[in-house]
Amino acid sequence: MARFTTENLEKASEIISLYPEPRSALIPLCHLAQAQDGWLTPEAIGQIADLIGLSPAEVKGTASFYDMFHTEQVGEYLVGVCTNISCMLGGAYELLEHCEDRLGIRCGQTTKDGKFTLEEMECMAGCDGPPCVTVNYRYFLGLDNSKFDQLVDDLESGRLDEEVPKHGTVFRNARQGGLRANKGEGQTK
Amino acid sequence: MSDSSEKFNISIDGIECEANAGELIITACDNAGVHIPRFCYHPRMKPVGMCRMCLVEVSGPRGMSLAPSCYLQVAPGMEIVTDSEKVKKAQDGVLEFLLINHPLDCPVCDKGGECPLQDQTLAYGPGESRFVESKRHWAKPIPLSDLILLDRERCIQCGRCIRFAEEIAGDPMIDFMSRGETIEVNIFEENKFTSYYSGNTVQICPVGALTATPYRFASRPWDLEQVESTCMSCANGCRMVVQSSQDKLIRNLGIDSDPVNQSWLCDKGRFGFTANQSDLRVTVPLASNEEVSWKSAIDFVADAIKQAVDSTGPESVAIIGGSRLTNEDAYCWSKFARSVIGTDSVDAQLGDGLAPELVLGLPKATIDQACKAPLVVLVGPDIREEAPILFLRLKDAATNGQTKLIEVTPNATSLSKYATQSLFHRPGEQHVVISALVSPQELKPPTQGAPIQPVAGVDVDDITLARKLIQENKDAVFIVGRPSMADSEEILTESVSQVVANMSEAKFLTLLRRANTHGALDSGLAPGCLPGRTTLDLGKEHFTKIWGKVPATKGSSCTEILQKASRSELKVLILLGADPIKDFPSKKLALSAINSDTKIVSITAHMNDSAKLSDVVLPATMFGEKAGTTTNFEGRVSSLGKKVTAPGQSWDDWAIAVTLAMRLGGDLGFNSLEDISEEMEKYVPLYRNLKPHIWESSAQKDGIVLPITGESVKPRWIDPIATPGISSLTHHRVALRDSNDNTLELDTGKTSEFQVLRFEPHQGDLKIPTLDAYSLRLMAPRRLYDAGTHDGPASATEELPSILNLNHYDLDRIGASTGDRVKVVSSTGEHVSKVALDDSIAKGTALIWFNLKANGDEIGASDLIGVGELVTDIRLEAI
Repeated sequence: MARFTTENLEKASEIISLYPEPRSALIPLCHLAQAQDGWLTPEAIGQIADLIGLSPAEVKGTASFYDMFHTEQVGEYLVGVCTNISCMLGGAYELLEHCEDRLGIRCGQTTKDGKFTLEEMECMAGCDGPPCVTVNYRYFLGLDNSKFDQLVDDLESGRLDEEVPKHGTVFRNARQGGLRANKGEGQTK
Repeated sequence: MSDSSEKFNISIDGIECEANAGELIITACDNAGVHIPRFCYHPRMKPVGMCRMCLVEVSGPRGMSLAPSCYLQVAPGMEIVTDSEKVKKAQDGVLEFLLINHPLDCPVCDKGGECPLQDQTLAYGPGESRFVESKRHWAKPIPLSDLILLDRERCIQCGRCIRFAEEIAGDPMIDFMSRGETIEVNIFEENKFTSYYSGNTVQICPVGALTATPYRFASRPWDLEQVESTCMSCANGCRMVVQSSQDKLIRNLGIDSDPVNQSWLCDKGRFGFTANQSDLRVTVPLASNEEVSWKSAIDFVADAIKQAVDSTGPESVAIIGGSRLTNEDAYCWSKFARSVIGTDSVDAQLGDGLAPELVLGLPKATIDQACKAPLVVLVGPDIREEAPILFLRLKDAATNGQTKLIEVTPNATSLSKYATQSLFHRPGEQHVVISALVSPQELKPPTQGAPIQPVAGVDVDDITLARKLIQENKDAVFIVGRPSMADSEEILTESVSQVVANMSEAKFLTLLRRANTHGALDSGLAPGCLPGRTTLDLGKEHFTKIWGKVPATKGSSCTEILQKASRSELKVLILLGADPIKDFPSKKLALSAINSDTKIVSITAHMNDSAKLSDVVLPATMFGEKAGTTTNFEGRVSSLGKKVTAPGQSWDDWAIAVTLAMRLGGDLGFNSLEDISEEMEKYVPLYRNLKPHIWESSAQKDGIVLPITGESVKPRWIDPIATPGISSLTHHRVALRDSNDNTLELDTGKTSEFQVLRFEPHQGDLKIPTLDAYSLRLMAPRRLYDAGTHDGPASATEELPSILNLNHYDLDRIGASTGDRVKVVSSTGEHVSKVALDDSIAKGTALIWFNLKANGDEIGASDLIGVGELVTDIRLEAI
């Protein structure tokens, strides 16, 4: 669970081989680990450090710079509410307050059952339908209090499993081509 | 910053001055005497331009603009303005910004009074802050290790500590975590900051964020007194200031000595003063572990010596030890032994060092020369465990691409990842590898067309590559030391012989472990040696004239002395700060010698295992409590400072020798330390011109390498912001900048009638026994922190267990796994030890660290090592 699965370990070495310097694979490997576990476990950070010849402190230092890498455990569903200007005008703070009441946690916390983590987000480019809410980085625009309650019910009952996979971090490495294509070893899927 | 010697003119604040191409603006300004405030910039690290405190106006294509002077290099004709309104406004703004989240808890902060943030805010900063919001709050302080505490509220994110850990020490165990207002320096989870160099981060922190436990809340800067001195924790001889408060040593800071330690210290040296305050200090003379007066103790020792000399001759008195002594102490004891007792059985080393002819007779390289050499060949131990600061210098030379590094060691070392080529050989067969590398004949297959066999376990391709490098660089510097206590020093002597015989231009740096071993050998504290790097044969005439008499024949070495003692052929054994039970490679012999009828006299600062069994224990002063000089492994003599009063009734070692001599009817002619230095200067050509007052001269602050070559010394310039706390004291201020007497000329002191020792390569015929299929060859390397002869200084690292470490193959063969107890059979008998898996160890070998504290089911390396054997082979059996 905490370290890379055999399959992901293979993927990791593939990713490392894309770069002239192993340490360049740091961010993609963090994505891979987060896609596997939903967050960057200390064991995963240690393993990434070993794989690319950095110290665990350096890996955590880099990972913790980015808001979308989680170095602390998050729930199955990471609920983000944008509070930038458009969303704020669209009632984001009022919605956020409702979310806290509905989930019974404060912003930045995870529910006791480990299902939901609530966080305040910077602009997610959903300004056309404020307030913008994302669950595991899937968009839900124009929510009001009752629609949010409905969303939580749907997630809890599993009705949205297709649409919002648990721990479904966007995994950018799934993309093929790129550097590899430039090397003339291009392969498409 | 650059090796270009091109110079051109720039203007600083309207004044024309000269600058070197490639130099940073901040350096040019420092050289011109214009101070630019700074926090993140450190002269020994790469610039990063993070704190923005050093902004100055610089002329560019678009006119004058603000630029970080620590990051921008000078250019011909560049105009630099450091005191304009614009610059002042920028400095003002940066400081106001840095202070936004700074707690301003100066009254309770250890840095208060010597704090660059405090000082520079007063000099350049705003009078008041416009920030009315609440500051950020963190838990105060958090431990990064058992030694280093971090107060994150005080941190200004200059990154000096993080850059030091990564760039200088190569231990990136700390880093910035998070971003923006929540940024903090921290470790990863439970991985403590266990670097040997962690204390340096405290020294260079420009605020009070990093503090070390021994100094925390212990004093205020204005209560400190200091003296410049030389570290005696190992033989590297790092320059440092020793600071005290209320006659108690409290802090050591590294001095930026260009040829030696470049401002860094290892933790063992930095916190070594804790040993001065150890509960194990001996403070009164003891006879049979009862307190006695100095008079009766001296009477006892003198009577014992007299009786021994009268009944069985002077050679029945022997002296072991001397590396804790100053040069003056060592000279005094050497004279006492030779001229008053009449014995030549004196040995400063405990069978764990190098043959004296290697240390004294080889063409020497300095640390600087090694770091500038095109090729360095490391033959021996892990340098980080033996001389941590030499490791930093070599790592720097290797990573900057100045120097290629080949290592010939039994297993991987801390330098392996920086080395061009690592040759890991079977323990005890180092000379075979060296021979293959330096001999004129290339490796040949046994018969035509057959594959060439590995040499002592080293792959032939590796040998060929390394050999090519060595053959291309005949002026390589060889750093030689004992890789393991489990094999004989003869093996290293044989390796060196091979190099000397085949490479006449090669130079050597002889790695000694204990502080002043070199000085003790220079003073003749080795059998067959006399002061000034000469031998009994060569120097007999000269020293008979000065001293009245010298022994006729060569005396016994440490091993022979202990053997004589265990056979009760020795009457008196004087341990001069030596603890053979802990430090001699074979514990069995040391124990039987100390437990024999021989009268044992321990002259020591700490109650150690050998002192406990001694007939008489005399309390001696130690580092920080005595003045004098010490000699590092380069042969560099530098001064020691006396800062505090020695506890109890401790005496200086030279005074003990003088008193004993007087009681025995001899007169060494010394009434003070100066008397000894004067005699050394007058009669020993090696020390010619080293008059006591010379150490006051700023040009000699970094020490003088003997024999004197007449090279001029670089002026010293210490950046007070790089090492806060070094300059702020009113007493014994350390000069930040040299005056102009840096061309002090010393003549080389050579006199034709005085011949010195030269190492002669001998045709060795070492027969290393073949390792049989059932045995394992033992490696017993030393670690920086061991169970030493006294309470170890504070350390951030964890103690290792004293157990056998084996490859999984060898573990499987005896059917054991980590944590199991096994029977160990060596030439010293049968023992029981725990074992552990370590796959970095080659098949067929076993590793046990030398002189670690052995608890319960553990075993000491010296229990397994026999006397007079070239290598140590052991057999393991499951229990």
